[in-house]
Amino acid sequence: MYWGFIFLRESAAPKWLIVLVAIVWGVGGVAALYWIFNWIVERMGDPWRARLQPFVFVGPAAAMLLWFLAIPVLRTFWLSLFGRDGPPRDWLNWSDLGGSFAALGERFVGLDNYVAVFTDRLMREAFRNNIMWIVFGATLTVIFGLLIAVLADRSRFERLGKSAIFLPMAISFVGAGVIWNFIYEVRPVDGQQIGLLNALVVAAGGNPQPFPAWTDIAPWNNLFLIVIVIWLQTGYAMVLFSAALKGIPADLMEAGRVDGANEVQIFFRIMVPYIMGTIITVSTTVVIFTLKIFDVVWVMTGGQFGTDVIATQFYRQSFTARNSGYGSAIAIVLLIAIVPVMIYNLRQFREQEAF
Amino acid sequence: MGSLQRQRRFGSLVVNGALLLIVLFWTVPTIGLFVSSFRSREAIQSSGWWNILPHRAFEIVGEPLDPDELGLDATGPMAIGGGETTFEEMREGYRAPDGRYYVWIGNRRNGRIEVQEQNWTVDWDFSLANYQQVLAGKDFEYTRADGTVEVIPGDDFVSAFLNSLAVAVPATVIPILVAAFAAYGFAWMRFPGRRLLFIIVVALLVVPLQLALVPILGDFRGLEINGTFLAMWLAHTGFGLPLATYLLFNYISGLPRETLESAFIDGASHFTVFRRLILPLSVPALASFAIFQFLWVWNDYLVALIFLGGNPESKVITQRLADIVGSRGNDWHLLTAGAFITMLLPLIVFFSLQRFFVRGLLAGSVKG
Repeated sequence: MYWGFIFLRESAAPKWLIVLVAIVWGVGGVAALYWIFNWIVERMGDPWRARLQPFVFVGPAAAMLLWFLAIPVLRTFWLSLFGRDGPPRDWLNWSDLGGSFAALGERFVGLDNYVAVFTDRLMREAFRNNIMWIVFGATLTVIFGLLIAVLADRSRFERLGKSAIFLPMAISFVGAGVIWNFIYEVRPVDGQQIGLLNALVVAAGGNPQPFPAWTDIAPWNNLFLIVIVIWLQTGYAMVLFSAALKGIPADLMEAGRVDGANEVQIFFRIMVPYIMGTIITVSTTVVIFTLKIFDVVWVMTGGQFGTDVIATQFYRQSFTARNSGYGSAIAIVLLIAIVPVMIYNLRQFREQEAF
Repeated sequence: MGSLQRQRRFGSLVVNGALLLIVLFWTVPTIGLFVSSFRSREAIQSSGWWNILPHRAFEIVGEPLDPDELGLDATGPMAIGGGETTFEEMREGYRAPDGRYYVWIGNRRNGRIEVQEQNWTVDWDFSLANYQQVLAGKDFEYTRADGTVEVIPGDDFVSAFLNSLAVAVPATVIPILVAAFAAYGFAWMRFPGRRLLFIIVVALLVVPLQLALVPILGDFRGLEINGTFLAMWLAHTGFGLPLATYLLFNYISGLPRETLESAFIDGASHFTVFRRLILPLSVPALASFAIFQFLWVWNDYLVALIFLGGNPESKVITQRLADIVGSRGNDWHLLTAGAFITMLLPLIVFFSLQRFFVRGLLAGSVKG
């Protein structure tokens, strides 16, 4: 195992060979680990085997979950209580507890980072923008998704239409950033516009505009970024709604029609109530997603021109400004915003009684 | 009955029309990128990609005219094409009432008049040059209109593509393997802490990975694996596990009990049952999640930025693309081709396995 690691780190072999070795080494290594652990456990006597084997199966997953998600939540909270350099390294010294805590106390700032998160001008701007992302981005994603699902359900071109709307889901945010940057591209007034949007603006008799960099209309320039995410995510909402709509019994709709309801009434009185559960699921997923939005903003504007969001502020504070205390406080605020959904999920899980 | 039928037909016209309009709006951005990536650098810079559609443009017709033959005197007003113009005006190009464009070439004494006519035309000059440049990573020479030569560096997307493969394949397979073992354990074994552990899995479904970045970066620095593929595999495995475990548990716990029990009676061990029975039976669920995770890892930018950021050798394709967006935002010939290369594999996976992907989405709609 170790030799494989050294080969990958030091080797000057051709790139494709390194990649091949990496894939085989990584995947094979993990499979081998399971096999070896299981082999050892199966050699053991009967009571031990029954006791230990579950941990061979579940243990690695549990360890990874604790290492990569559960414990970091606590560690990030701990970091958020300290100044920019975090708690002193190896501060706990059992032989000198008083000294240890004094050293810790020097860097301890309590909830100061949280006060800063809610009072800092840039953070307030980020919160405002995130609210815009949710109000416009999440809402329009859900509305478009529902609209397209209903239209596609009645159209002869259902498959084609759904594939076209769904396709952006396969595109990365960075790629989408390039696509839309190209649409927003601006050229001087006297030249031909090569960006679609400015070409339309000029054709309509307007002046070409440098769109995402529109500082004089901040915060509305956020909408030009929000459009990108609506474009990417609507496919997700559409797929879930489409599946839910197919589950509505045909005779329910037919009964409505016989009673003289028009299509709009059928939509609001029958379809929407029937798929309410899906609407809630999709909405929460999309809201969580927009709350964490990072890549699009980072690639398109870098958070300039008044387009910062919580996640870009988190990145800048934690990794550019290297203020880990402040960055961690931002991350914890992000988590707190999501806790209600977590509680809802846990309650659903308990109600299912599947366990 | 006739009016009802007409109403129906009108309704379906509205539905199909609206849908087609939306589909057009949704696909035009991608088509624009795709078309542009095959146009030459100068063409991208000087005209919109929609010029591949038939449009009216001015084209030179015939040999330039001789002003003397037409009896024109460049020092005064000149009558041409049904209108009257001056030398100064014609040097800029004069649009005459006959719809033609007259341009004076050369000096006032012995110049010629070039005639341009508006015609229907298409710009269909496609090539793979942009792809060569963005893949090969060499310098490329361009001759400008005035004859000077300009050197523009290309980019090295081949190595970034390979890096992305080296990250994405194990970062897809490893979490599936780990999660499948765990899902089997949760579904078919009894052990202390089982319920608590699974509640943790459900709770972690929506935890933003931002929470983990700072502490995990510290751990990776301590282990000296920062900037390696191993770090990326571990990180993506950790972040993808809650959803993978949850999905696979739902599937594996729903498999018929009798099949497994008869295997146990025959003396098979848990490991054998898992390998011989559970894995083959779970292929649909495994495939659903595999597509999900593969697209997620391939398209990921944030995790790569943090755990691979310091190592230019192992940059993945999204980082590479983001780099040229930042540093060479006007080199559209590289950006369009580069963006399309990053999309290539996801699109293939997407179109060939769309059914599995949709199934995965439907099953996993609790993920944040």
